[in-house]
Amino acid sequence: MIEARHHLPTNILYLDGVTVSFDGFKALRELSLAIAPGELRAIIGPNGAGKTTFMDVVTGKVRPTEGEVFFHDTVDLTRHDEAEIARLGIGRKFQKPTVIDSLTVWENLELACAGERGVFTTLMHPRSAGERERMAEILERVGLAEAAGRPGGALSHGQKQWLEIGMLLAQSPELLLIDEPAAGMTDHETELTAQLLREISGERSVVVVEHDMVFVKALDCRVTVLHEGHTLAEGTLEHVQADERVIEVYLGR
Amino acid sequence: MAISSQPKLLSDAASRWLVGTIALVLVVVPVLNLLVPADSALHLSSYWVSLLGKYLCLALLALALDLVWGYAGILSLGHGAFFALGGYAMGMYLMRQIGERGVYGNPVLPDFMVFLDWQELPWYWYGFDDFLFAALMVVLVPGALAFAFGWFAFRSRVTGVYLSIITQALTFALMLAFFRNDMGFGGNNGLTDFKDILGFSLAAEGTKSALFVASGVALIGGYLLCRRVVTSRLGRVLVAVREAESRTRFLGYRVEHYKLFVFVLSAMLAGIAGALYVPQVGIINPGEFAPLVSIEIVVWVAVGGRGYLYGAIVGALLVNYGKTWFTGAFPEIWLFLLGGLFVVSTLFLPRGVVGLLQRRRSSHQPSPPSPSPQAAAQAEEGAR
Ligand SMILES: Nc1ncnc2c1ncn2[C@@H]1O[C@H](COP(=O)(O)OP(=O)(O)OP(=O)(O)O)[C@@H](O)[C@H]1O
Ligand SMILES: [Mg+2]
Repeated sequence: MIEARHHLPTNILYLDGVTVSFDGFKALRELSLAIAPGELRAIIGPNGAGKTTFMDVVTGKVRPTEGEVFFHDTVDLTRHDEAEIARLGIGRKFQKPTVIDSLTVWENLELACAGERGVFTTLMHPRSAGERERMAEILERVGLAEAAGRPGGALSHGQKQWLEIGMLLAQSPELLLIDEPAAGMTDHETELTAQLLREISGERSVVVVEHDMVFVKALDCRVTVLHEGHTLAEGTLEHVQADERVIEVYLGR
Repeated sequence: MAISSQPKLLSDAASRWLVGTIALVLVVVPVLNLLVPADSALHLSSYWVSLLGKYLCLALLALALDLVWGYAGILSLGHGAFFALGGYAMGMYLMRQIGERGVYGNPVLPDFMVFLDWQELPWYWYGFDDFLFAALMVVLVPGALAFAFGWFAFRSRVTGVYLSIITQALTFALMLAFFRNDMGFGGNNGLTDFKDILGFSLAAEGTKSALFVASGVALIGGYLLCRRVVTSRLGRVLVAVREAESRTRFLGYRVEHYKLFVFVLSAMLAGIAGALYVPQVGIINPGEFAPLVSIEIVVWVAVGGRGYLYGAIVGALLVNYGKTWFTGAFPEIWLFLLGGLFVVSTLFLPRGVVGLLQRRRSSHQPSPPSPSPQAAAQAEEGAR
């Protein structure tokens, strides 16, 4: 599975010439992208640009028709399934928050918590005191400590977003893919989310897809603009906002 | 609320109530049958002892189905097959116990083989004269079939109605196979005319009571085992699989392994139920593989309440008692009634009878840590 590769600097994530076609329709067209370790990256683009599809490719949900996807320059992600990729250290927050409705907030977090994920371990070993302490800390961090015993299904949209972020933290992946975290959040919460993500990056790599420009500005990071499955521009937010093509397809509408 | 580090099998009132009641019945029924004189009004006939024993076996079967359907969301419409296989394994042991007492007096070959003019015992009947071997087969054969089936079905991610259909096809195919005389399982007559078990006559009152008690003990054991599974972290993974299978994969869980584990465990429990059922009804035939039988199990669980474990038991007991009563009083309308019951319970009682009784959320999970009043404020700080 692991092949020696000779790319220049080390990337945590590296996509080269990735094309995904659904019955002839190309959701991604020769997309190339590299994320450095510890980097925070925002991906913007109009509806249907292929942002979610990009995450689907990285997490093993969709196999690219063509192209390469490497984790740490050595692990070919196209050869692993969703569960394996998650175990390799890639966590994902979905566009539509999906928490387990009939499990409590606490149990959702427990499910995500890092560690062995085998049938035998989950049957025989409850979470250790240390792990439970860590979970309690995460709950406080995402503001859900009071809601620990409530079923996931009873949470508001914004709370579900926080729970998903908490689950990502508990999973403690090296690379976090976060699809539209600010949807359904108040302005204040959006601000908090941006701060949290900035904090996390450095230690981990974070890729955030978002429509909300205020949020992207708050992230204060490199921005990639996708359009029709292809990179249209890349650079600082000011730089891409000044790009004519970007204005034409996206910002100017 | 303290965080429980060990799942508590009897932590909820319903479980204590259920196990207590079954344990009590296990004492009372044999006493009323064996110790209370036959002319007393309190005497319970052996017919009833066997009938109640039969209900307990069916309750264990329903419990097995609830483990896969109620928790992992696998709607098996073929659980009757595992039950029947366990029953056949026991039936084969009972056949070999008959020995020379058969109609043809052959010491080795069961009557139906002599009748078919077979000269020797087929290899797969070897070993069934030994109770321990047969008991092992009671769990291993259904377990192995469930493993082989689940291995292919779950790995290729067959889910929902497609999975249900192939489980139904599985039991149907087995029914056709077992109907054939050359399979060596007695064809459409199945296995019957049993004489004794472990040297005790099946006709004896004491044996009937013992089988009744064994069925109840198996039910309690099965219940505690299932509770152990669903109150563990694994149980929560199963619920996650039921509600959001693909999400569970993205959390790093190999969904197919989890499904395979409960499916095999459930098949083994169903096999045990079948093995205890057969000596109490005195026959096993391919009719047990009929698709309708498997669908009935689903109705029991739906009526009782899916996803509680004890709901399945309550449902199986209620519906089967109803069946006994109705097939006695109005045999022709039973099937319509069963169908109606299913429709009514899915439309109006989505959580079944026990869901109606117990409105509050079942406490099958460990408690979360106690919430602190400053939590929200601290969370904001933590985010900074
Ligand atoms: N499984 C699929 N089958 C067919 N077409 C698909 C599939 N998934 C996505 N698409 C199409 O691919 C294109 C890109 O979709 P994608 O969800 O990646 O866009 P997006 O950038 O995330 O958009 P949004 O901002 O609306 O979330 C869309 O036109 C979508 O309809
Ligand atoms: Mg999207």
